[in-house]
Amino acid sequence: MVIQSDTRRMQVYGALLLLPAAVLLATFAYLPTVATVINSLFLPGFGGAPAQFVGLENYALLFEDATFWKVARNNLIYALGTIPTSMALALGMALFVNGRLPGRSFVRMAYFTPTVLPMIAAANIWMFFYAPQIGLFNTLLGAFGIPGVNWLGDPGVALYSVIAMAVWKEAGFFMIFYLAALQSIPPELKEASDLEGTSRWSFFRRVTFPLLMPTTLFVLINALINAVRVIDHLFILTKGGPNNATNLLLYYVYENAFSFFDRTYAATITVVILVVLAAVATIKFAVLDRRTHYQ
Amino acid sequence: MTTVALSSIRRQRLRVPSLETVAAWLLGIVWVFPLLYALWAAFHPTEFMVRFDLLAPLTLSNFADAWAQAPFARYYLNTFALVTGIVIAQFVVCTLAGFAFARFPIPGKNVLFMLVLIQLFVFPEVLIVENYRIASSLGLVDTITGIGLPYVASALGIFLLRQTFKTIPRELEDAARIEGCGWMAVLLKVYVPLAKPTYLAYGLVSISHHWNNFLWPLVVTNSVESRPLTVGLGIFSAPETGVNWATVSAATLLSIAPLLVAFLLFQRQFVQSFLRAGIR
Repeated sequence: MVIQSDTRRMQVYGALLLLPAAVLLATFAYLPTVATVINSLFLPGFGGAPAQFVGLENYALLFEDATFWKVARNNLIYALGTIPTSMALALGMALFVNGRLPGRSFVRMAYFTPTVLPMIAAANIWMFFYAPQIGLFNTLLGAFGIPGVNWLGDPGVALYSVIAMAVWKEAGFFMIFYLAALQSIPPELKEASDLEGTSRWSFFRRVTFPLLMPTTLFVLINALINAVRVIDHLFILTKGGPNNATNLLLYYVYENAFSFFDRTYAATITVVILVVLAAVATIKFAVLDRRTHYQ
Repeated sequence: MTTVALSSIRRQRLRVPSLETVAAWLLGIVWVFPLLYALWAAFHPTEFMVRFDLLAPLTLSNFADAWAQAPFARYYLNTFALVTGIVIAQFVVCTLAGFAFARFPIPGKNVLFMLVLIQLFVFPEVLIVENYRIASSLGLVDTITGIGLPYVASALGIFLLRQTFKTIPRELEDAARIEGCGWMAVLLKVYVPLAKPTYLAYGLVSISHHWNNFLWPLVVTNSVESRPLTVGLGIFSAPETGVNWATVSAATLLSIAPLLVAFLLFQRQFVQSFLRAGIR
């Protein structure tokens, strides 16, 4: 009896400890998630009329919306453009600074510094590069007699300019995870392979890279989330233009909610983002967490 | 001895950098270049923006212009209040929740914990539309509390502290209980002090995140009184405002300076913190 009431007391105490976090998470994570899904099934009432339930009509509208498809496609290109490039660069950087390199700490700092800058500041700096007439890139091209490129104004180029900036911002962050993983590889493996006369490339391909697999998956998950979540730079560089050439899903949500004041449509696009994030979360919990246990 | 080893010895003697060293340095130079360029632009008159003359006169007037044209002092104050408030509130809320998850027999604990972890994927800024509505129904629009509150119950913080608390041996706790400590005293005297490295790591990550955060603060603020630096900078430097570049450059450096200087001074701690908070 004594023990039982003790357990009960611990349960109540534990629940009380959880309470502040539970209230906050309910208010700013669960409630808005549910409300977003519900709102996507309504049309706003005009002139003070109550919102009207329309079932999946917003989704039908969404699938007919050419802009939505363009934005979704942009986001896919953005993800495919930023993720493999920044991960490959991150791995390369980690290999560089893990080896015996003169001035290693300076080089490592150079790679990592963009990570601590706000996206807005980074975008400001890259704006100086990309600006059409007086920007640094076009000035340099002009010095070699090459006509300038409209980096952010040309619909065929703008998205790639945005991608380049995002890669610069992100690679150094991913590098530190690869670097930590590289440092945890036992040096005996390298010594043994040196005795065997294994070439550096095949050591990397057969030993290092497989051992880095959990890190690669971890970085991939982070990169996927960032590709959906980070859109700050668009506010400075392009505002989603020209003609939606650089618009991404979350920016499209922002536009619909706060420029066009169409909350239910914004909710519908948000649901699409939530589905993407749920897929990423599933990969993380189902694949990554299982695979990393052997460590 | 292979020829590779021999040639590397020869190279060391001749002091010729290897191809790899050259590549690593080139990449490093490319990576710092944007920041160096921002420094160049901020400390020189506008006409030297794309003219790299080593004898170009240095000036601080760009900083003076930026400081005069936008209320950066107020933005600094707001960001400082925001970051301090968030980190303190996160420490309190996440400590309590982490402690509960680590040590208390709560029914359905694992399911609850998974529910918390969902927030690692669904961030407040993804839910801007609904969070704005909630913030406005709570009267939090255009307040610093409104910017910070959605981030206080941080899944990352709860997760990291739970993991740390779980590694602390029960014997320490039992010893404190024998001395007559209650739960709060046990938490404050045993668990919190032993989790100091986790607090440092999480604190640094949280500070950098919120110093740099933009989208949600942009949505939820609409006056100078609550705007943090990032939003102030974003509005100041929007291309359509036509502010000159050298001034924008100076303003950009002003906004990033405190965090950047802290990073350069405490590089190791920053990198370790990001690692600790990342590897989960």
